[in-house]
Amino acid sequence: MSSAPLPRRVAILGGSRIPFARSNTAYAELSNQDMLTAALQALVDKFNLHGERLGEVAAGAVLKHSRDIALTRESVLSTTLSHDTPAYDVQQACGTGLEAAILVANKIALGQIDVGIAGGVDTASDAPVAVNEGFRRALMRANRGKSTGQKLAALSKVRPGMLLKPELPRNAEARTGLSMGEHCELMAKRWEISRESQDELAVASHHNLAAAYDSGFLNDLVVPYKGLTRDNNLRPDSTLEKVAKLKPAYDRAGGTLTAANSTPLTDGASVVLLASEEWARAHDLPVLAYLRTGETAAVDFVDGDEGLLMAPVHAVPRMLEKLGLTLQDFDFYEIHEAFAAQVLCTLKAWEDPVYSRERLKLDVPLGSIDRTKLNIHGGSLAAGHPFAATGGRILATLAKMIDRNGGGRGLISICAAGGQGVVAVVEK
Amino acid sequence: MASQDQYLSFSSSGFGKWLTGTLGLPQPIPLVRYRPGKPELRGPVVVGAAPGSKIEDFLASALRAMGAVTLYHPDSADWRLAAGRHEVMTGRFVPEDSGRTGALLFDATAIADTEGLKALYAFFHDTIRSLATNGRIVVIGTAPEDADSIEAAAIQRGLEGFTRSLGKEVRRAVAVQLVWLKPGGEASLDSTLRFFLSGRSAYVSGQTVRVGVPVTGVVDRPDPARSQAGRTVLITGASRGIGLSIAETFARDGAQVVLLDIPPAASELAKHAERLGGAALALDITSPDAQDAIAADAAGRGGYDVVVHNAGITRDKTIAKMSASQWDSVLDVNFAAPLHITEKLLVAKAIRPNGRVVFVSSLSGIAGNLGQSNYALSKAALIGAVGKLAPLAATEGVTVNAVAPGFIETQMTAAIPFAIREAGRRMNSMSQGGLPVDVAETIAWFAHPGSGGINGAVVRVCGQSLLGA
Repeated sequence: MSSAPLPRRVAILGGSRIPFARSNTAYAELSNQDMLTAALQALVDKFNLHGERLGEVAAGAVLKHSRDIALTRESVLSTTLSHDTPAYDVQQACGTGLEAAILVANKIALGQIDVGIAGGVDTASDAPVAVNEGFRRALMRANRGKSTGQKLAALSKVRPGMLLKPELPRNAEARTGLSMGEHCELMAKRWEISRESQDELAVASHHNLAAAYDSGFLNDLVVPYKGLTRDNNLRPDSTLEKVAKLKPAYDRAGGTLTAANSTPLTDGASVVLLASEEWARAHDLPVLAYLRTGETAAVDFVDGDEGLLMAPVHAVPRMLEKLGLTLQDFDFYEIHEAFAAQVLCTLKAWEDPVYSRERLKLDVPLGSIDRTKLNIHGGSLAAGHPFAATGGRILATLAKMIDRNGGGRGLISICAAGGQGVVAVVEK
Repeated sequence: MASQDQYLSFSSSGFGKWLTGTLGLPQPIPLVRYRPGKPELRGPVVVGAAPGSKIEDFLASALRAMGAVTLYHPDSADWRLAAGRHEVMTGRFVPEDSGRTGALLFDATAIADTEGLKALYAFFHDTIRSLATNGRIVVIGTAPEDADSIEAAAIQRGLEGFTRSLGKEVRRAVAVQLVWLKPGGEASLDSTLRFFLSGRSAYVSGQTVRVGVPVTGVVDRPDPARSQAGRTVLITGASRGIGLSIAETFARDGAQVVLLDIPPAASELAKHAERLGGAALALDITSPDAQDAIAADAAGRGGYDVVVHNAGITRDKTIAKMSASQWDSVLDVNFAAPLHITEKLLVAKAIRPNGRVVFVSSLSGIAGNLGQSNYALSKAALIGAVGKLAPLAATEGVTVNAVAPGFIETQMTAAIPFAIREAGRRMNSMSQGGLPVDVAETIAWFAHPGSGGINGAVVRVCGQSLLGA
């Protein structure tokens, strides 16, 4: 029996990701398995982990085939990591990557493991298209049939139309039937987020990410893959004039969300190496930053009383209170740009006294942030957003930013489907 | 100029590609040349090294300066560390995952025995199919004369046969070069790698060049887009063709250009000089006072940094039919004048430190050509001049090199009878003629402030022509 040690600091040692690709482009023929394996192997190569048995690998995907029961474990078996490394899948919509990191970090903090990898992958190019629901039920009934007659009777219910109408995965909330963009459009209207402010955020995202590539900042975080060396959604020459021309995507008449200020469907994978300080020292690997803590919140969006993507707004004040920090105690803010409007609603909500008092139960609003510290190396609007891979991208990038800065503190905020949100603090 | 080669346009078209393929005719691929502001590389550079190399940091630093993305052959996993030290993006090369690559770069400097050659084989065996059209291959070896053993020297010399064979079998507009490193030359690889890995060397293939310690002792690393900024460049025969392209290329790279040509071309010359923001010098380089006039012009500009001897004439006749004046004029213009002008400028210290002299020789001078005994003699003599001048000029901090163009699409080659012209165009690994700019880019590489480690070289701009090879 091991003793129960005090929580340990969890070091972020680095990350690897493949360039993100807009769906049905460079990675159109690839599976989640292919991409997760590629990112994982790149991390193993980078840190020379060949043959090493790690505590665990936790990763996941939002859009998953039924065959991918053990997606992460299968990827581990395809790399040069020791095949004695256990693995499991995590699934919490767009929060998957960061939630996986928190899970691994918690085990390291508790001394259950010394080192682990967290990550995520997603593809909308290889979506799990299932057979028609009526067809599936008929097949199941035929399977249950005891006699040939019963089996044939069940199969006689099959209609040709069933074969032509497969069950497609939907980018819509199960309980409202609204797409995420439609939900965010409602939020933008409620918080009166202007089209211009959304477009400005989107253009800044592209410019910041392009600069990060040009300066070489991302050179050790991204590995070339399938002919891509940069995220192919990136438009370095994006301008306000160009994006202002786009028509609204979700509400043609009065909407403000467009293809430019919303993330496109994206394919990609990312992974992050986490370890105890002792393990890092023993392997002579420098610590980029520490994953201090994480917090997950959920909101009831079903009746429309709260916005679908507002959960991070609730998670952050809870986390800050536990840490005794204010919103202004950060050098970097990494707010996932699912939609520019989501970021702007989040910031506005934290500044709003009424909302803070009534919804967040705060006497004083968290206040505003220094916008020059927000997503300084670009965000999901430029890089794209392969759902489960976004957390790993942000975590590794932020850790490197803090290391480059000679220390500091960063806030991560990621909204997710189902009215959930995952947030974390990284510092050194 | 490209439009002169109508077969190239035809065979690149849909129907033309099918027809030429069916008939087994040459299928030249349009060469992708360097354009300012466009990416220099066609894709990631796959890097490999034979065990024991000591130059990976120099390579990583040069590739970083080019903004290159790299992939490493699995046998060369140490590259990851060098790439990490220099913040070069890198990843493992996996044939089915890596996609099309832009260049293959192999460091063979440490190969000393046949065992070491296994790494060379494995690297190219595994990677060559990934290379995109218009890709680049560069092998870096150790100059045979500097090798530690007979076997090592022999093997390093053997690399020349290897790279030239690759050039002939890979085709698809891929250029292949061998760089022989001299002791202390590692630090001055940047300009050479940038030239050989980019579209600047589109029509240069199957070449071998030695890179040593720069003649000035220090490596200059100017802004890549303005590498000739602050330099004054004299170009002879600059009113048209290759000479004009040389002037345009230097002006593009930021140089102050001085365009020289014979007085009958004075008005053309003045027009181009004005367009390029340079000066015109209308004089006959064979006239008695030419040397003094050029030296005076140099003095008036505080000296030249680069002198490009491009002026040349042909007076083709078989030796039995050739008149004495045809013999003399070709030798005077092509050989005697450039040599004596160079000597005069060097003695007068009119070429500044880190300066360059570049002679435009010819493939004729290497292979010989029917009816060109005078021309071939003059152009071969320039190669001889390079050999003798280079070490002398080095003491002044000046390098002396030559380019030897093969079939270049100019007004001069357009006048060649059809059948001979077609043969000249197709008998090379690119299956097409070069453009004047291909010669100009090669001269600009010699003249690059960072190319002080290249001295006494003769580089052919011939698409790896079968002639004289």
